[in-house]
Amino acid sequence: MMGAPPLIAEKTAPTMQENAGPVIVFEHVSLAFDQKIALDNISFQLDRGETKAIFGVAGSGKSTILKLSMGLLKPDGGRVHVLGTDITDMSEEDLFAIRRKIGMVFQESALFDSLTVRENVAFRLLEEGDVSRADIEKRVHEVLSFVELEKTVDLFPSELSGGMRRRVAIARAIVNKPELLLYDSPTGGLDPVTSNTIIELIVKQRDVSKTSALFVTHRLQDAFTMATYGFDKKTNHMQPLPPEARANVPMCFLLLRDGKIIFNGDAHELAQSKDEYIREYIS
Amino acid sequence: MLAARSIANLFRPPVYSADIMQQADLIGVGSLPIVALSGLFTGVVLALNSANTLQRFGSLSLIAQLVSVGMVTELGPVLTGLMVAGRNASGMASELGSMVVTEQIDAMRALGTDPLKKLVTPRVVSTVFMLFFLTIISDLLGLFGGSIVSTLMLGLDAHQYWSSAWQILAFRDVFTGLIKPLLFGFIIATVGCYYGMSARGGTQGVGRATTQAVVAASVSIVMVDAFVTKLLMAIFGNR
Repeated sequence: MMGAPPLIAEKTAPTMQENAGPVIVFEHVSLAFDQKIALDNISFQLDRGETKAIFGVAGSGKSTILKLSMGLLKPDGGRVHVLGTDITDMSEEDLFAIRRKIGMVFQESALFDSLTVRENVAFRLLEEGDVSRADIEKRVHEVLSFVELEKTVDLFPSELSGGMRRRVAIARAIVNKPELLLYDSPTGGLDPVTSNTIIELIVKQRDVSKTSALFVTHRLQDAFTMATYGFDKKTNHMQPLPPEARANVPMCFLLLRDGKIIFNGDAHELAQSKDEYIREYIS
Repeated sequence: MLAARSIANLFRPPVYSADIMQQADLIGVGSLPIVALSGLFTGVVLALNSANTLQRFGSLSLIAQLVSVGMVTELGPVLTGLMVAGRNASGMASELGSMVVTEQIDAMRALGTDPLKKLVTPRVVSTVFMLFFLTIISDLLGLFGGSIVSTLMLGLDAHQYWSSAWQILAFRDVFTGLIKPLLFGFIIATVGCYYGMSARGGTQGVGRATTQAVVAASVSIVMVDAFVTKLLMAIFGNR
């Protein structure tokens, strides 16, 4: 497990306390691609400071939920509210303002391969245009320290390992201290040690910054680790929580099957579920 | 839609000047060697072929006029357009297509940046601008190629060649020769970007998009050339 570097996110998400409503609300959302139903009338909400792990087999609609939350896809039916705004019918131009408050980590990192790590991480700040070069450099250094990749600033994505690319993607997603983070299978295809490093970063972001997050994964153990561990600022590592403290972890689970939600609750409820499919899935 | 938005983006901030300059360098300076060579040798071939016919009618002195009008109104713009289409429409389609299939375009949108503004508009502006100047260079080198054949192989006077080549050109020839690269540049960039942005299906999809972009851009250039030539003839009348 990696030794976490100095914390950077103490002052993250200043608006969280100001806005008490849910961060994401899906109301009867449906979406199909070429007659194939990806999401079928799903409704759920993500509360502030909460992390919701979304599970399901391949093709069950997990990544689609993230893309709808980001406004990268439009639903065929239903409404999607993000950060208190109905984004369902928003134009691409108007969505950019909302997206600047959201960080997203893509499945295969989706780093810009012609840009260095520094340019990738700084991309959003450079685009916003109202941050000085010195502040950008400082912020890039901070977030790369957060993911322990300060020495890679001048490297290109092709020169990094898979795990390093995911960490750079996390750094890029949190560089402007977003109110909401969307993780699309951030540990997919990684070895267990690297996966643990990524999970620790996500737990750290959750516990230190209290950032709301949707976490798509097909690795149940990652989500259970997140539900049973907390980040310890003293040791700069995540530590297992005593059973009585686990109920306070702002973490819940959402299980998809064929585009429908078949479970939405906390880790305890998931473990107690009598549903045959769920029991088979978590066994 | 893409073509219209690429133009509309020019009037909406931010304008990516650095990206425009970078693309101008890649498209313009990068294409210079192939455009120069094709222009030069087209002029040479045009002079060689026409000399044969003109000699039969005892009108060899008209060779400069023939090369000049041929290069400026037709061969310069079309061949430069086709060269740049082969090199850059394919480059744009493969670059943007790779970005689509690796989710880099989605990542850009997720980071609050409009990919059309950041990626498409600079390519359209740079291609239109640089093709204009590349065509002028191609025309000049074509005339130079014709002068080499005329003076060194056919024994014509160099001064007479250049003054004939210059004097035959009317306003409508120059106008025709300079309006075409603007249209061709727009076609090359929008077709290349369109096929790149609509690439689907992994690396195979990118390869398909690249091929389609070159074919569509080349065919469009030839077709638009025919329409523009006919339209300008209707406006200016025949020579």
